[in-house]
Amino acid sequence: MLKNRSLVSIRDLSRAEIELVLDTAHKLENHRGRHLEHRQVALLFYEASTRTRNSFLTAVHQLGGSEAGFSSGEGSSVAKGESLHDTIKMFSAYCDAIVLRHPRDGAARWAADVSDVPIINAGDGKNQHPTQTLLDLYAIRATQGRIENLSIGIMGDLKYGRTVHSLVDALSLYPGVQLHCISPESLALPKSYGPHQVHQRLEDVIPQVDILYCTRIQRERLPDEAEYEKVKGIYRLNAAHLHNARPHMRVLHPLPRVDEIHPDVDVTNHAYYFQQAAGGVAVRKALLYLLLGLS
Amino acid sequence: MREYKVYRIEHGTVIDHIPHWNSLKVLDLLGLRQGSDLVTVGIGLDSKNMGRKDLVKVENRELSQEEMNKLALVAPQATINLIRNSERTHKHKVEVPDHIVGLVRCPNVGCITRHEHVPTRFDAISRTPLELRCYYCNYPFRSEELELL
Ligand SMILES: [Zn+2]
Repeated sequence: MLKNRSLVSIRDLSRAEIELVLDTAHKLENHRGRHLEHRQVALLFYEASTRTRNSFLTAVHQLGGSEAGFSSGEGSSVAKGESLHDTIKMFSAYCDAIVLRHPRDGAARWAADVSDVPIINAGDGKNQHPTQTLLDLYAIRATQGRIENLSIGIMGDLKYGRTVHSLVDALSLYPGVQLHCISPESLALPKSYGPHQVHQRLEDVIPQVDILYCTRIQRERLPDEAEYEKVKGIYRLNAAHLHNARPHMRVLHPLPRVDEIHPDVDVTNHAYYFQQAAGGVAVRKALLYLLLGLS
Repeated sequence: MREYKVYRIEHGTVIDHIPHWNSLKVLDLLGLRQGSDLVTVGIGLDSKNMGRKDLVKVENRELSQEEMNKLALVAPQATINLIRNSERTHKHKVEVPDHIVGLVRCPNVGCITRHEHVPTRFDAISRTPLELRCYYCNYPFRSEELELL
């Protein structure tokens, strides 16, 4: 049901389609094969994103395919001066799929309208990054066995955070999910994102949740330095916070982290952010598999 | 209320209840600055409901439904009177279309449509107040931010 489609926004997917991607990712997690043999996937990275690019590259290689394209900084003549439209037209003429990372909001939708092959959005400016959301969901399901009826805490910049908004959108497809939002008032989740409980203190939330999803608060999002210093100390998880957490509770983070998770959390049973990131390869393999109709 | 008098026209269209000063945008939107149509513009007329309003008359021209819908972007409460043989034959209210292609600039400076030759496209997500969302970057905005191309 996903064959020949593009993935621009998590909202392009129904719940059944998300489940299909997660199921396929699970099957392909430790699998290497030749499904993409003699096929090429273009990785067009107009801005550097080493982790995302490597994750896609690994996915292509584990399916037996080869890559084309460029990454910003390589000084590619392709990216210089040529319009996105023309670059997409050219790569879609000889590649089987295009993975696009672009600094402009909406670039992926435009590319999908222009392209003859599936586009996978690997981040378009401040707009969308759907494979991040899929790997977040994959981590939630892997650790809890389900997504519906979970109690999920989300901490950090909930006003501007792109990964937060996409995750909340996706979770709204699942019944019984209780959202607990933890953020400074000035960075609260917009009301348009539906019902959720609001907390100022991390300690109030920890015993109640199955998942704690932490995100970074960026200095430039807060009105002044003093506010940032204050907030930085409050929205910072450490191992001592976790003493009354549910045993199966897991901490997720889209990475890279700065100060919001103390390294002493890493050695607790609750830390899952590195495994979460590793699941990105399985999710990206699944997407290539489904969008290209491989078997 | 001060009386105002605008001479009658025999054939054509009278666009009434345009927000004060938006008549200039109406001229742009309908391409009336380039054409040879005889156009009369009233700016800052007294209005019971709007305080001040603008009014545009175009002689010998009838608007298509599509043109009327475009008008809703800058004059959501406009009434359009069609005049034939000096009689008003039709009175239309405008309605913002579900999709607006071209016409409007995306207010998000980071939007791909501001940097590449991409025809703009918006979905109307609310009509009162008017709120549009960019099909490409998903930026939602109200009429105060609306800028015509
Ligand atoms: Zn836009």
